[in-house]
Amino acid sequence: MPEPVPGIEGAGTDQGVILVVGGGISGITAALEATEAGKDVILIEKRPFIGGRITQLYKYFPKLCHPVCGLEINQRRIKASPRLSVLTMASLESLRGTAGDYTASVRIAPRYVNDRCTACGACAEAVQAEFNDEFHDGLGLTSADRSHAASDDSSGDSSGADPSGDSSTGPLKPARRKGAYLPYPMAWPERFVLDPRIIGTEDARRAFDACRYGAIDLDMTEETVELKVAAVIWATGWKPYDAAKIQPYGYGRIPNVITSLELERMMDPLGPTGGKLVRPSDGLPARNVAFIQCAGSRDRNHLRHCSRICCMVSLKQSTYTRERYGDEGEATIYYIDIRAIDRLEDFYRKIKSDPKVRFIKSKVANITADPRSGDPILHGVDTEGYRRYSNPHDLVVLAIGMQPSVGGDDFPFEVVVNRDGFIEPDPRNGAIFAAGCATDALDVNRSVQSATAAALRAVQVVNAGTMPGLESRRD
Amino acid sequence: MAKERKIGAYICRGCGIGQALDADRLEEVAAREGRANLVRQHDFLCAPEGVETIRADLASGEVSDVVVCACSGRAMTSTFRFDGVAVARANLREGVVWSRARKGESSALADAGSSDSSERGEIPAKTGETTGEAEVSSSERETMQEMADDHIRMACTEIRFMTPPSPSLEQTLNRTILVVGGGISGMTAALESARAGYSVTIVEKSATLGGFAARLWKRIPDRSPCEAPVDPGIATLVSEVSVHERITVETSSKISRTSGSPGKFKVTIERCDPASGDDGSTGSRTETFGAIIQATGFTPFDPSHIPELGYAASGDVVTSSELEALALAAKGEALVRPSDAKPIKSVLFVQCAGQRSSKPGHLSYCSGYCCAASIKQAMYFQDADPSIETVVLYSDMRTPGSGGEDFYRSGQSRGIVFTKGETSAISAAGEGGGARVRYRDLILDEEVERDFDLVVLATGMVANAGVDSEANDTKTDEPDTNASAPAAIEIPVESILNLTYRQGPDLPHLAHGFADSHFICFPYETRRTGIYAAGPVRRPMDIAQAREDATGSAMKAIQAIENAGRGRAAHPRSGDLSFPKVRYDGCTQCKRCTVECPFGAIDEDEKRYPLFNESRCRRCGTCMGACPVRVISFENYSIDTVGQQIKSVEIPDETENKPRILVLACENDAWPALDMAARLRRSWSVFARVIPIRCLGSVNTIWVTDALNAGYDGVMLMGCKSGENYQCHFVKGSEMAQYRMTKIDDTLEQLGLEKERVITHEVAITDIERAPRLINEMERTIARIGPSPLKF
Repeated sequence: MPEPVPGIEGAGTDQGVILVVGGGISGITAALEATEAGKDVILIEKRPFIGGRITQLYKYFPKLCHPVCGLEINQRRIKASPRLSVLTMASLESLRGTAGDYTASVRIAPRYVNDRCTACGACAEAVQAEFNDEFHDGLGLTSADRSHAASDDSSGDSSGADPSGDSSTGPLKPARRKGAYLPYPMAWPERFVLDPRIIGTEDARRAFDACRYGAIDLDMTEETVELKVAAVIWATGWKPYDAAKIQPYGYGRIPNVITSLELERMMDPLGPTGGKLVRPSDGLPARNVAFIQCAGSRDRNHLRHCSRICCMVSLKQSTYTRERYGDEGEATIYYIDIRAIDRLEDFYRKIKSDPKVRFIKSKVANITADPRSGDPILHGVDTEGYRRYSNPHDLVVLAIGMQPSVGGDDFPFEVVVNRDGFIEPDPRNGAIFAAGCATDALDVNRSVQSATAAALRAVQVVNAGTMPGLESRRD
Repeated sequence: MAKERKIGAYICRGCGIGQALDADRLEEVAAREGRANLVRQHDFLCAPEGVETIRADLASGEVSDVVVCACSGRAMTSTFRFDGVAVARANLREGVVWSRARKGESSALADAGSSDSSERGEIPAKTGETTGEAEVSSSERETMQEMADDHIRMACTEIRFMTPPSPSLEQTLNRTILVVGGGISGMTAALESARAGYSVTIVEKSATLGGFAARLWKRIPDRSPCEAPVDPGIATLVSEVSVHERITVETSSKISRTSGSPGKFKVTIERCDPASGDDGSTGSRTETFGAIIQATGFTPFDPSHIPELGYAASGDVVTSSELEALALAAKGEALVRPSDAKPIKSVLFVQCAGQRSSKPGHLSYCSGYCCAASIKQAMYFQDADPSIETVVLYSDMRTPGSGGEDFYRSGQSRGIVFTKGETSAISAAGEGGGARVRYRDLILDEEVERDFDLVVLATGMVANAGVDSEANDTKTDEPDTNASAPAAIEIPVESILNLTYRQGPDLPHLAHGFADSHFICFPYETRRTGIYAAGPVRRPMDIAQAREDATGSAMKAIQAIENAGRGRAAHPRSGDLSFPKVRYDGCTQCKRCTVECPFGAIDEDEKRYPLFNESRCRRCGTCMGACPVRVISFENYSIDTVGQQIKSVEIPDETENKPRILVLACENDAWPALDMAARLRRSWSVFARVIPIRCLGSVNTIWVTDALNAGYDGVMLMGCKSGENYQCHFVKGSEMAQYRMTKIDDTLEQLGLEKERVITHEVAITDIERAPRLINEMERTIARIGPSPLKF
């Protein structure tokens, strides 16, 4: 029950507010941990829903459980937290002031759907235009599609296919969604969104007319709100390194080279392939899959740092071939070092014991495509014994590196970053505390740990403003 | 239930409900059978106008309790929440209309087994028409209406048996934190808690603060550019802790007893004189704390378990922690050979010494920090004299993240040689001192034998996690858990917290002797509410990680304190004020509740009755499910709130060919999966009646037997995965339920019923296609075996 929780030492409602920027697993965690300790928190998220990247993952390592399971708990916690407000489609434009006393300028993009929305879906039925579904991380887009992201033919739905079938379905097409949509079935806030591209078209009118609840607001415009906040938790997460920049691997040129994120979307039973593990070039089963580690990471030409998660991601994804094709599935992992630290080693050991998973210590030199079969062929030298190889596979998955979502000059405030772009803890950051992958390349577990620590740092600032005799933070 | 209750039922006609269902008939059901004092229909109940109607009725006193007959209870949660008012939800939208919205699936009974589409839970749409108002036959309309009627009956029944939970008067707000362990993790946790305004007592077993890190010469860098070892910073940390006005330090002290619960842990701290041996207790005192952080660190792995690596054979073979001691003593001067004090010209670092190995006595896990630690130690030599040859023999260099890779690169640029290889034997080198090493160089693919002046074994961390109270009852069917067993017996098993809990004296271990959380998404959640592990006792980690971890644990401890002070549950039912109430006069002292509670929340009092500790309780209801005499209930979730709902469903006569299937669905996974299936217009059997439950562990078998006795044809339990990679958010709930259900067969036999009538499924939240399919399969099973003979 939402009884007003008295603040610490009876400070009441005038205690400082914590602003959390980024609604992925780190931001959600930081917001919840602080608000469940009695703090007032505002969480802002750029996308129309919270959850971030984990919503697009098929499974977590090492338990092979489903990410939205923990998200459901977190969404429940949010619904039960009267002192936490969530603003979606919102981003931080600027931050002025000093620790304990900031003014945040937050820009909110128009959703064209107000809070009268019941998520009944009538608008989506009425609207005709379809667009490529960004939720599926570009899976099925060719390089031509990528450069012309907005196309508007309204066919191309391949979902609902039987995942166990072997029949060829032809080249993989990107999943499409309507111009009025719920981003994915568990999206929260459970409220539809109008694609700005339909605004001003007949479709906008159709959506408006279909809604019986007055929830479509075509006059909505971008707005900016000013928030007084005591501390900021910066949890903007990561983005994949641009695979096309790793020229020898042919991403974008060779259709059967995809990224690890695209593979996650391919495994989704509700995704573009209906959960089938196939080759994008021809839709044929991808039974023999190669994983290339450090794709973009640990490389002076690309990302200098180790992205930490990619070894575990590929070990996890090697089980997908088994899951779909049983004994006919096989995986080969091309690696420099397998970084499965602490008890994640157990998972590595389990995968190593599978005779269908091979490990080759090698940085793959380049990939060519067999012109007839479309098979990608990996060329390189096995470092253990220096043997050359040219190995054909059905599909190549690049274990793509992780880089901070927000780059060097794009921060709306002054903050100390290291040369890889991650935020360093530093007294000069004032009451801006980074959490999760904004601080380093982290897995989910470590992101949550980092976010919980960031929550405390923000709580310290808030308490310093309300508890008599409590010194402000010194470091 | 002394005060007069006036039930208001509000029927929403929005989202297709009004088109698909006869709202007037629902109103009649609510009034006549649901005995609602007031029933209103609304076209758009979740709109401010609709909510205002409810508020007005509450304000005028016409209504005291609210039944919202609209969407799933997962939707519009805060919209339909009214302070201090009990609210029940009838799931008409997802549960009835959306899951049947397309062309009605003809009953599987009518064409049992023939319909492939029903198996996939989807109905071939006739045309592109997808409105909620598809024409359906009148008989289909009728069965759907019956489904909705039952949802109204269920919700109206539920509300009559629930009261809004209110905090008990047992809360205590105590803003003092006990930190056990005075190393880096403990001191950081203490300092960070104190900076947030909380008082802290550190209890440290040894005579000084500092822990393992105080015995380091340098530590691995964690700030950009991460190129060189840095000062461990212990002296600064110790002085900050020592002078802080809100931190009390008790060195040479141990915890001899911990009782109570969050907000009121009673802890006996015993002072021991380290000079007078083990049991030199010099007095004790008892203090009260709000929460506990256990930061008891690790013990370096004992190298006597790895005789093949020559530790005993040569004085010039040392462990990495021994090398730190030598470096600390040398204070930057050149290190010399331990055996004969001669200069060192070559050093070999053997990575994973006794680690990542399935050999008996070895550690099966990776300690995570040793790769960077060896780079750091190799730099001690390189920096003193670049002509010293330093070789790191590894199987995988593990320096993850941003700083890790920089440090590795820095090592390479300083001339440290990294070789992938496997050591087979190390022995004394002979007359001249040093050690002879035989290894396979995996890069050059050749056997190598050569001498080094010094060999450093990169040994791992063994957690100081105390007694694993659950070591005996965890199943060891996994082959590789056996390999880890030796780690657990490395250290003398002495309790750290000495909890007086019925379920053991320390935090349960997760794997390999560490007190980690099982959950990827919730790394701090332990199974003992208000007690959090931090640092290497939780998981092997380096100093930078331990500091971050300790800061997070301080957040959790503070949160536990604030919640305990208000009677609010901790994760995952955060904020829940309900609490198990026991009718002691019916209790038979069977102890099932105390044994089965996954969180050790229940003790026994001196008369052997269960003693519930409110702030330890996570409100899963496993105790309620366990109780054979059904004396345990929650205000808003009880044997009756569910049991009476089950009984409220109308059971048609067997001649009507309308079976009834009870589905008890875990509210965190199976229920959301069904909600999402409904959103995607997947259909499930119109004969199913779904009731969300907190956890499969809360299912009391009386619900199942009552359902069968009432004439239900089948009962399905849908809960989370159990076993090694369990997904149950209450740890053991689904496991308990599965165990209990193995016993239901006897009951079925006594009732003369087929075993197939009761089935338990593990359902994940992503089983959006599968969950409806399972229900449809059950309908076909019932069609095959026929109606229950127990229908009246």
